[in-house]
This record gives sequence, structure tokens and C-alpha cells, in this order.
Amino acid sequence: MFGFGILSGLLVLPLVGAAFILALRGDSPAVRSNALWAALATTVATFLLSLVAWSRFDIANPAFQLVETHAWLADTIRFKLGVDGFSLPFVVLTAFLMPFCILASWTSIENRLKEYLVCFLILEATMIGVFVALDLVLFYLMFEAGLIPMFLIIGIWGGKRRIYASFKFFLYTLLGSVLMLLAIMAMYWDAGTTDIAALLQHKFAPAMQTWLWLAFFASFAVKMPMWPVHTWLPDAHVEAPTAGSVILAGILLKMGGYGFIRFSLPMFPDASLYFAPLVYAMSVIAIVYTSLVALMQEDIKKLIAYSSVAHMGFVTMGLFTMTEQGIQGAMFQMVSHGIVSGALFLCVGVVYDRLHTREIAAYGGLVNRMPLYAVTFMVFTMANVGLPGTSGFVGEFLTLMGAFRANPWVAFIATSGVILSAAYALWLYRRVVFGELVKDSLKTMQDLNRREMITLAPLVVLTIYYGVRPGPILDAFAAPTNALIASTQAVFGAAKTAALMVQ
Amino acid sequence: MNAPFVMPALGPVLPELVMAVGALVLVLVGALRGEKSYGLVNGLAFVTLALAAAALVTQPAGKVLVFGDSFVVDGFARIMKAIALLGSAVALLLSVDYLRRENLTRFEYPILIVLATLGMMMMISANDLIALYLGLELQSLAAYVIAAIHRDNVRSSEAGLKYFVLGALSSGMLLYGASLVYGFAGTVSFPGIAAALKGQSGLGVILGLVFVSAGLAFKISAVPFHMWTPDVYEGAPTPVTTFFASAPKVAAMAMMVRVFIVAFPGIIGDWRQIVVFVSIASMALGAFAAIGQRNIKRLMAYSSIGHVGFALVGLAAGSAQGVNGVIIYMAIYVVMTLGTFAIILGMRRGDTYVETIDDLAGLSRTQPFMAYAFGAILFSLTGIPPLAGFFAKFYVFAAAIEAKLFALAVIGVVTSVVSAYYYLRIVKIMFFDEPAESFSPLTPTLKAVIGVSTAAILFFWLAPAPLVSAANAAARSLF
Repeated sequence: MFGFGILSGLLVLPLVGAAFILALRGDSPAVRSNALWAALATTVATFLLSLVAWSRFDIANPAFQLVETHAWLADTIRFKLGVDGFSLPFVVLTAFLMPFCILASWTSIENRLKEYLVCFLILEATMIGVFVALDLVLFYLMFEAGLIPMFLIIGIWGGKRRIYASFKFFLYTLLGSVLMLLAIMAMYWDAGTTDIAALLQHKFAPAMQTWLWLAFFASFAVKMPMWPVHTWLPDAHVEAPTAGSVILAGILLKMGGYGFIRFSLPMFPDASLYFAPLVYAMSVIAIVYTSLVALMQEDIKKLIAYSSVAHMGFVTMGLFTMTEQGIQGAMFQMVSHGIVSGALFLCVGVVYDRLHTREIAAYGGLVNRMPLYAVTFMVFTMANVGLPGTSGFVGEFLTLMGAFRANPWVAFIATSGVILSAAYALWLYRRVVFGELVKDSLKTMQDLNRREMITLAPLVVLTIYYGVRPGPILDAFAAPTNALIASTQAVFGAAKTAALMVQ
Repeated sequence: MNAPFVMPALGPVLPELVMAVGALVLVLVGALRGEKSYGLVNGLAFVTLALAAAALVTQPAGKVLVFGDSFVVDGFARIMKAIALLGSAVALLLSVDYLRRENLTRFEYPILIVLATLGMMMMISANDLIALYLGLELQSLAAYVIAAIHRDNVRSSEAGLKYFVLGALSSGMLLYGASLVYGFAGTVSFPGIAAALKGQSGLGVILGLVFVSAGLAFKISAVPFHMWTPDVYEGAPTPVTTFFASAPKVAAMAMMVRVFIVAFPGIIGDWRQIVVFVSIASMALGAFAAIGQRNIKRLMAYSSIGHVGFALVGLAAGSAQGVNGVIIYMAIYVVMTLGTFAIILGMRRGDTYVETIDDLAGLSRTQPFMAYAFGAILFSLTGIPPLAGFFAKFYVFAAAIEAKLFALAVIGVVTSVVSAYYYLRIVKIMFFDEPAESFSPLTPTLKAVIGVSTAAILFFWLAPAPLVSAANAAARSLF
């Protein structure tokens, strides 16, 4: 039909839902409920469509699949969509998390619900767009377009310091991204196209690679976020409404890692090799330093935000080891973190909806009133620590293994971060859930209601399932990882040989 | 010496003829029917603009020179004239309601707009220094009068006077520069100058070029000749500001492009320094000075200075790509500006028009349509994709990168992030703050203009090809 395939469907479907909700008039309870159900139906339909895309996807094939191309700016800048093993899991993850965001907002958003849902649906379209874009300009367009709805979500429905947080989020990310835009133009003039598949074949001169790599790094490091440009994240996380935090932690942070694997590593291999020590250093600092900072937090969301920065440190470290284990581990870590940190924010949202505070000190002894909640929260805390048997373990273990092959000292320092993460996460859990229930405000707390159980149960199942059987996701990453390593072998192999000869 | 008088071919100048005859007819109608003829004259002004536009679009493609090669009609001229005509027509449309409310319904207003637009079309098509000056003065003199159209208002009169004094000064500089260029090149024709210079730049020519640039920079309100802009924008009645911010900017930018690209292509290394400096200074001043503004018209004045700086990035590239970027930038800029000023004209409570950005507080709850439209325009002015403003910036910066002007491009995008701050602050006031007193409902005209410009900005990314390919063809006609 007009040459439009499943991937355009994934882009259009949320927008159709958004248009429908926009068309609703009034603010009566009936309209609210219609808007919520419409949003839920849209996101679920999008998720089902993404599963269809997965079923048609050939995991063994490292090339781009489900490709569709439409005329756009010029013959060399086209509206091209497609997925490979790196991007498809993120498309599915995005579509998977969205219904939970809608469910988490079911009662907590009182003002301007329609606009809220429209923002989320537009955000979903742009996020999917980032992962399915096969043209650099289109990628940038989607990458930046997501800023507008997120800015509004934090600014309108956020907490007390929402305005500061929304401006910081917007300006930080924009500043990083505009440099990438210039790099994209430079690549266009050098290669004569912005088609990603063609650019992957193009060899950029090593001197040029350095600058391009730095420009892309400016954007992805902010988005990731890497130390020392991570400071927007705690503010944005803390002030955003629950569903906004879920999306920030679950998807938006992953765009940075996706950018590294899609552009930096395969297109600028020489520069990636040259800058790998820098990335290692920033990663281990992020892992150790932000874990220590997380220990000191008094706000639950802020603590989880800092732990996100630490976990993203594992991702960047793993990616730049350029080993099979490191890359697959990093990709798995991103998917796992998307589920786990999203779930942790949902857990915080559950108690926040009841008590309207995120102070750790305001809680304590919740296990006495909320046993189900205690169990759920424990599963995600353990996954956050990286306990074997949860999905958090697989990614961290593989990245550390990759790092050990590349540089044992990096692996050594990073491993200490695992211990620190156990410290802050378990201490948080003890302070919130265990102990005597002494505070009066907590004595009337209700356990999870049915909506919350429906929201959290699938995430618990997935966390444990992927901890025991990581195969399905790792298999998706395997083919493109091997292709990437094979295509950059010339550069890295030569470098390794040189290093051996020096030794 | 008694060569037979040859009637020049008038077909290429048909749009200008229509405008000139139309303006004269309008003066007659106004003079005969007196003060009450505003409605009729205004209607006829629209007819004139529409006829000129029709004459313009039915012109055959290709490049034609007339009047001893002093007047050129090429693809570039046609597209810029179309943008200018569109800007004038919409500015005129937006003025009707305001003028009636403020009792400013003088029949001179539409006539002056038509005359100014005729001047712009002359500027765009000028192919020598004399034709350029003729067009420029026709446009400027009409504009001085319009700025002071509100005779009983101190601010309006002050704006008109400031504009006139500074404008006369800049015209003087331009003339002086032109005389120097003529003296050293021996001709006033643009291609003639290019041929005479043969890529060599003597000190005299450079001096002349600097003066010409100063005069041109004044007309596009680029730093360091921008000082009149905030005062005139703020002081002039809002529909007049709307007009100043749209069509004349396009015409002046087109004239600047033609002078540099056609008359001085060989000494690009010399004038590029000027353009790069002016561009950086404009972008930086526009971004930083706007932060402190509370009056929305003044803020838009600084914003327009910044945008001129961005458009000049394309000119600095000096290539077909760069001109392509300038055309796209000006086209999109005009649409965004008209939308913005339509919203400013909608900031009315009863009979009073308000102008501070705090009056917009909580607009998203009192008037959602206006707030969301303005929000989209502001994000577009910032240059956030997928809105049209992003593509405008994309093409000028792509040209700068192609021309290896990396420092200019980096400074440019960084200032665009700075400018994001003050645009976002307006979004914040409209969406995050508690509502202020509501505005009166939008008139149908304003609603239509806001709706159309917002739709164009929102959906440009779905079908960018028509504008992009037209601009491409137009840009190539200069080289």
C-alpha cells in the first residue's frame, strides 16, 4: 500500500492516537476515561505491531531489514526506515514500556490529562523514529524532536523545581546535539549522502574521524549521560512525573548508547580506538563516583537517577572494549536497564502517589503494610544490584568480561562499582521497606491495587526470565555485533598487532 | 545619433508596472473620495498585489535583462519577489482590524505599502547600482512614513523620525560606497563591475565595498547597524512592525546577495570577512540582548537581528548552496514572523493591545489554540526539528560546512542554543505559569493567518521538496 510498511505504521499509529485524543472535547470524567483508554489502546496496538515486526525479522541476518524508502529533502537525503539486530530490540522495548507509562499516569495526572497523553504519544513516535531511521538527517530530526514533548512533560506536570529541571534538560541536550548536526553536514559533503547504510561503507579520513567522533560524542555523552555532563539527569528525573522518569531512564538514555553503536564505532573506527582510553576513564569515574554520590542521596528518585548514570558507565565501557562480549553485554545491559530502572521508577511512583513525598526518611517498615510491594521492589532492587538470576547480572558480567580482555585495570575498578551499587541499593531498600512501622502517615498505606499489579507483574516476570534465559535478546545482537567486529577488524586488528609487537 | 527609438520589452517588468499603475490609481481614488475611502483603497490594494503576483507567476522561466541591462528578471528574482509579495499582502491583511480599532483608517496606508513593495521588487531585480538605489529609496521613503502613521502617538512619531534619520545616514553611506566602486571599476553594472575587477581588489574598491556593505547591513538590521531596530519595532504600530519584519527584510537580503554574488564574485575572500563578522555579531547580539527583554515587540526585534545573522551564514558561504540556504531561510522566516505578529496582534483585552511577555501567562489554559500555535512557532524559531525553522538553519549551516567555515558554523549553532533560552522562556510563561487575565477572542483574520502559518511550520517536514527544489533552481540562476 503506497510502499508503506510496518515501520511507518509504528511511527504513524501513536500520532493517530494523539490526533484522536486532541479531537476530544471537554474535561468531564467520561472524556478523561475515553482519553486514557484511547491512549492505552494506541500504545498496546503499537506494541503488538512491533511484535509483528519482530516476527518478520530474520535474526541471523546482520543487514537492515523491513527497509522502506520515500522521497524527501533530496535524492541523497531520503526518508528511509529500517531495522537491524541493534535497533529492533529498542523499538520493541519502547513500544513495550509505553503502556506502563499510561497505566502509571491513570490517576496521578489530574490537570490537563489530554495534553499529557498527546505529549506521550508524540514522544513515542519520535523515540521509535530514532531507532528506525536509516538516514542521518531523519535520525537527527527524530532525536531532537523528542525534546519538545519531554520539555513540556517535565515543565507542566513535574514537581516543585520543574522549570529549572526542564530548562536544564532542554538546553544541555540541545547544546550537545547541535554539534552533531554540524558533523552530519560534514559527513554529507564528504560522502555525498546521509543514507546510514551507505555511510557504514564509507571510509572517512582518520583526521576527519577525530572531529566527527568528538561532535557525535558531545551529543551522545550528554544523552547517555556520561560523567561529567550527567548533572541534568538527576534534576530531570526527580522533577518529572513518574511516567516521564520511566521514559527518560528506559528509552531516552538508551539513545546515547544506540548512537555509539550505530555511528561512532562502525563509522569512525580509528577515532574510536584513539579515544577508547578517554571513554574508559569517563566510564569508570561514572561507575565509582556516581555510585558514591548515590549513597548520599536522601531522595529516592535521585538515588535511582545516579544509579542509572553508574549503569550507563558499564554500557559505554562495554561498547568501547570492541569485543564481542563487551558489545553484546552493553546492549543487553541497556535493554535490561530499560526494564529495571523503568520498573524502579514505577515502584517509587506507587508510594509517591500515596504519600506525595520522595524523601527516603519519610518511609520505613513498609513491608508490614505492603508485602506485595516489598517483594516487587526487592526483585527490581536485586536486578539493579546485578544479582545472578536477574537480567541485571547478564549485562554487567558480560561488559566486565569484555573489559577484562581489553584492559584488566578498567575491569578491576569497574567491578568495585558493583559492590558500591549493592551498598546503595540494599541500603535504600532497608530504609524504605524494612524496620519498624512507626510513622503515623504510613499506617494507613494500602498495598498494590489491581492496576499497579498489572503494571508491575509483567516487568517482574521479564526481569527474572531474561536473567535466566538471556538468549533471545543476545541472539538478536549477535549477528550485527559479529558484522561490526568483522568490518572494523582491519583497524582494531592492526592496532592489536602493533600493541603486541611493542610488548 | 538618430537611432530609432526602440520600445523596451515590457513583459519582464509587468508585475512592477502593475504595481506602479495600481499605486497611482489608488492615490487618485483616495484623493477624489477623501478620508472615507480607506475600505475601498485597501480592497484595491489587495487587487493590485494579487494582479502583480499573477503577472509574476505567469512569467516565463529564464533570465531576461531589460532597460539597458539595469533590470534583471531571473529565477532568483522571481522567487524572492513572490516571498516579498506574500509578506506584504499578509501584513496588509493583518493591519485592517488594528487600524479600525485604533482609528488609523487613512487611505495612505495601503498606498504606501504598495509603493514600498514596488520598491522592494525593484531592489530585488536591480542589476546596477543606480537601479538598486532607486528601489531602495522608494521602499525606504514609504517605510519612514508608515512608521510614523500614528501621528498623534509620541512613540510612533519617534520611531518614524529615528528610522528616517538613521536610514538617511545609511543611504548616504551606501551612495558614497557606490560612488567609490564606480570610480574604481568604471561602471555601475554588476556584471560590469565583476568583469572590471578581474578578481583583483584594490584598496579603493574595498573601501567602497565596506561602505556599500554598511548601507546594506542597515537595511537588513544586522549588527553593528542594528540600533534602530528595537526602537522602531517597539514604537511603530504593530501592523507596521509586522510589515517591517517580513517583506523588506526579504528584499534587502535578496539585494545584498545579488550585490555580493554578482558584482563581487572575484573578491569573495575580501567580502567574506565582512559578512562573517556581521553574521557572528548579529547572531550573538540577537541571542544575548533578547534575554533581558520583557516587551514582546522589542524581543522580536532582537530575535530578527539574530535571524538575519543566521541567514548571512548562507551568504558567507558564497556558493550556490549558500544562496539556496538564504532563500529557504527567508521564506521560512517570513512565515514564522507573520505567524508571530498575528499572535502579538491577538494580545488584546477589550480595546487595549498589550505587549509584555508576562501578559501571555497561562495562555495554554485560557486560549489553547493561540498558545499551541505560538509554542510551535517559538520552537521553530529556535530551530528544533521537525519544525520548519530547523530546515532553514539546516541549509545555511550545511552551506557553511561545505565552504569550510567551521568556526562560523560552530559559533552559529552555539548562539542558537543561547537563543533557545529566551524562546523557551516564552513557552514557559504560556504553559507552566498560572493564567493571567484572558485575551479577547481572536478575530477570524488572525485565526486564519495563525492557523495557516502554524500548519506550514508543523507540516513542512512532510513535503519539503517543493520549496527546496524551487530554491535550488533559483540559487543556480545567479551563478
